Amino acid sequence: MSKNKMTFEESMERLEQIVRSMERGEVALEESLKLFQEGTELVKNCSKLLEEAQLQIQKVSVGADGNPVMEEFADDSL
Amino acid sequence: MQTISITQLNEYIRSKMDADPVLTQVAVRGEISNYKLYPSGHHYFTLKDEGGALKCVMFKGNALRLRFKPENGMKVIAMGNVTVFPRDGAYQLYCKAMTVDGIGDLHAAFEQLKKKLSAMGLFDPAHKKPIHKYPQIIGIVTSEAGAAVHDMLRILNKRYPMCRVFLLPVRVQGAEAPQEIAGAIRYANLHKLADLLIVGRGGGSIEDLWAFNDEQVAYAVYESEIPIISAVGHEPDVTICDYVADLRAATPSNGAELAVPDRDNLLQMLDSMHSAMTGALSRQVKSAKQHLAVLSSSPALQSPQGYLHQRKKNLELMKTRLLSSGNRIFQNKQRRYVELTAKLDAMSPLKVLTRGYAMVQTEKGEVLKSIQQVKAGDTVGVSLSDGTFNARILEAKENRHE
Repeated sequence: MSKNKMTFEESMERLEQIVRSMERGEVALEESLKLFQEGTELVKNCSKLLEEAQLQIQKVSVGADGNPVMEEFADDSL
Repeated sequence: MQTISITQLNEYIRSKMDADPVLTQVAVRGEISNYKLYPSGHHYFTLKDEGGALKCVMFKGNALRLRFKPENGMKVIAMGNVTVFPRDGAYQLYCKAMTVDGIGDLHAAFEQLKKKLSAMGLFDPAHKKPIHKYPQIIGIVTSEAGAAVHDMLRILNKRYPMCRVFLLPVRVQGAEAPQEIAGAIRYANLHKLADLLIVGRGGGSIEDLWAFNDEQVAYAVYESEIPIISAVGHEPDVTICDYVADLRAATPSNGAELAVPDRDNLLQMLDSMHSAMTGALSRQVKSAKQHLAVLSSSPALQSPQGYLHQRKKNLELMKTRLLSSGNRIFQNKQRRYVELTAKLDAMSPLKVLTRGYAMVQTEKGEVLKSIQQVKAGDTVGVSLSDGTFNARILEAKENRHE
């Protein structure tokens, strides 16, 4: 599983899954260690995303061919 | 006295009425009855009060400007001119405009549309779609000029900056607004632009918010496959759009709050998930250590030599038992064999011959067991234990039985 390509939602879901199986204690210690490592990585990535992300805003207009055309929308108040 | 025709009389009365300043521009308060809408688009009805009735007509052109749908029993104020309809010789009110008496047209129209759409199932909770927990692309259908859009963007940026926002600018008031709002919702669906739409505008008068009470907007919201949060006006303002949407927000800011999770909560959640993992792991390590302690206190690990010695002794014991039981079985079998051979030996005919008996056979080799088998003159072979001889029978005599 390539963790960089996971969306925030997928990362959160995977994390919840990891925490659940670790808390149930139904995996072997070695597997737990691997899960812990993966989970810690996910927590780090998600926190980083939350702290560093900048809202991307685009304005949509209808192009000549009817397809949407996006242009950056700068909101100075942000 | 002059005699005139009916047509002339009706025309005369009409000219009098048309010249009267009261009758040419009058507003009448009454209750609608016998309301009929003709295919021509003209509306015919009677206005009544306790004392009387007035026939009314409203032509299509004027009726199109009505902001509500007239119904029997509705109390209204009808404005127009009263004059004679010459064909019937009856006067009637030519109604040019009409408003609902008391609550106001817009409220009446709102209640009517609400009732209609509710009956059509547009507000059915079963139709409402769930809002994504972590939306990736949020479409905002609102005016790009108002404060509402900035409020929403500010809150989205503060709470959940991981999402992308597509702004679909529309006019939110005026005659074109409903069409633009409905159009933007349909366009977003057509091009699958977002996984959540926020449709709304800031506060204003009931007239300002009116586009969000539009029937076309209601259908567009209902038909949207993208979940919609309706975020119109201030807390107390409730629009048709609010009823149809999957989720109603009190204000545009509240709409943005409902759309996304909060960053601070998420960070807290991540922390608590991390400590849950740490806790689970250390519990597991602790229990593994305990297990290890139990194992290492076992005799096998405490004193391997002693353990091995014990095992060896067990093994020896097993070996002895195995051997002794093997011997026992062998001895039993051997004893049985000796018994059987002895029996067999005792039954051997040769053994019998050594005791002085002889075996007599006919010439054909049959062993004689009965006197019936021979007669006088027959030759028989006689076997003894150490040789044979032939003999001739002199006499054969059967034993007599009593």
